[in-house]
Amino acid sequence: MSSLVCQRQSLRFRARSYMAFAITPRAPVVDWLADLDANLERSRGFFAGHPVVLDLSGVNLRGPAIAHLVGALEERNIRVLGIEGIDPAAAEAGLPPVLRGGRGTPGLEPVERGTAATARALPQRQQPASLLIEDPVRSGQSIVFAEGDVTVLGSVGSGAEIVAGGSIHVYGTLRGRAMAGVNGNARARIFCHCVEAELLAIDSYYKTADDIEDSLRHGPVQAWLEGGTLKISAMH
Amino acid sequence: MAHVVVVTSGKGGVGKTTSTAALGAALAHDGDRVVVVDFDVGLRNLDLVLGAERRVVFDLISVINGVAKLSQALIRDKRLENLFLMPASQTRDKDALTEEGIAGVIAELRERFDWIICDSPAGIERGATLAMRHADSAIIVTNPEVSSVRDSDRIIGLLDSKTVKAERGERVDKHLLITRYHPLRAARGDMLSIDDVLEILLTPLLGIIPESEDVLRASNVGSPVTLNNPLSAPARAYFDAARRLRGEEIAMQVPNESKSLFGRLFGRKAA
Repeated sequence: MSSLVCQRQSLRFRARSYMAFAITPRAPVVDWLADLDANLERSRGFFAGHPVVLDLSGVNLRGPAIAHLVGALEERNIRVLGIEGIDPAAAEAGLPPVLRGGRGTPGLEPVERGTAATARALPQRQQPASLLIEDPVRSGQSIVFAEGDVTVLGSVGSGAEIVAGGSIHVYGTLRGRAMAGVNGNARARIFCHCVEAELLAIDSYYKTADDIEDSLRHGPVQAWLEGGTLKISAMH
Repeated sequence: MAHVVVVTSGKGGVGKTTSTAALGAALAHDGDRVVVVDFDVGLRNLDLVLGAERRVVFDLISVINGVAKLSQALIRDKRLENLFLMPASQTRDKDALTEEGIAGVIAELRERFDWIICDSPAGIERGATLAMRHADSAIIVTNPEVSSVRDSDRIIGLLDSKTVKAERGERVDKHLLITRYHPLRAARGDMLSIDDVLEILLTPLLGIIPESEDVLRASNVGSPVTLNNPLSAPARAYFDAARRLRGEEIAMQVPNESKSLFGRLFGRKAA
């Protein structure tokens, strides 16, 4: 007999980002493939081992044609990780997943196998990223900013949520949810002027309203991670 | 200049239809040309509250579908000659409302009236979003309790994103109307105080309507409370709210127990 004891084992999901080549076919695709072949002839293994995203915004292809193109690239040892620039509804089963929200990276040059050791380390430009919200965040609204910190000048309503890759600062009353450090940034913190939050989370460790001490409610607090526990303390 | 106002709340049963009728009648009573439009297709009630339910021939959907002309669907109030009702269809549902159809009707109403007051259905779906779509300003009806306040907060978010004005980068003027306010319960802490509600919603207050049997009684006889018993406490609060809507500055009265008791005695004597 098995007893139905619900063990509180928390499932943790983490987001991770990778650099990928985006290749953009042009119409007519047959000519484009011929160009690609000519290029590959010159530098074999150009794409070998690198994740590749197929950007189809420049051509108008339907499901079977996309599958054919993906197959043609596989024959050339180009493994397509994901597809960009098509309607997710148009994607057929069996195709790589449809991706959105990719950003270009200036200065990323394809590096050939063998020369990788000599290639200079790619300077990844770290822009100080922050998002400022001047209006109150209303119930049902969701502010998602994976790139960095979010600052809210007003209040965050019950049923609203702020999701940030970095820290979260709320100068009004935080009544909704705040999730900081969502990309696995354990150093992210949450600061708020008045805590009445439904949930606070940093790097997927969380506390619900029930777990927040009554003595802290209605006052200014900060939350941070310490040894795998979410700590909350009053700020004076 | 015509002014399109949506009366909305998110939550049901807070007093949208009652407030639409009461404010519409108050504005018309003071001389403005007013039309109240029922957007609650399939669950219409505004006709009952205005006592016009036996005179409905055409409705909003027939106008949208081109079955009737606007003037054929408008019903003139029997008590106030410059108050009109555009009823909703009871046999259809919200899918019968089309974006272009509503835009056309509102544009035509703008030419004929000073005030176009749209009574929104509850919820945040098609009916509610189309009712607020063309609004210049919004009256958010809230009861002083947490679920109503949170739903109002949600609606305010939609007003700031889904309306034509919001899409143009402008702002819909927002007014908060607190209804069913019970001074004794507020004093006991059984309901949210006015300050609590304002602190959460951060929206200027249009009026506070006290909980009163006068409102129920007026609905049951098919008359807006502002016409049925103009001296009652809720009617006076609605008249003040209507004048604030016009831009007049009127001091806000927070109903307290002694006053509402006085109002009740007064109301009983008058009845």
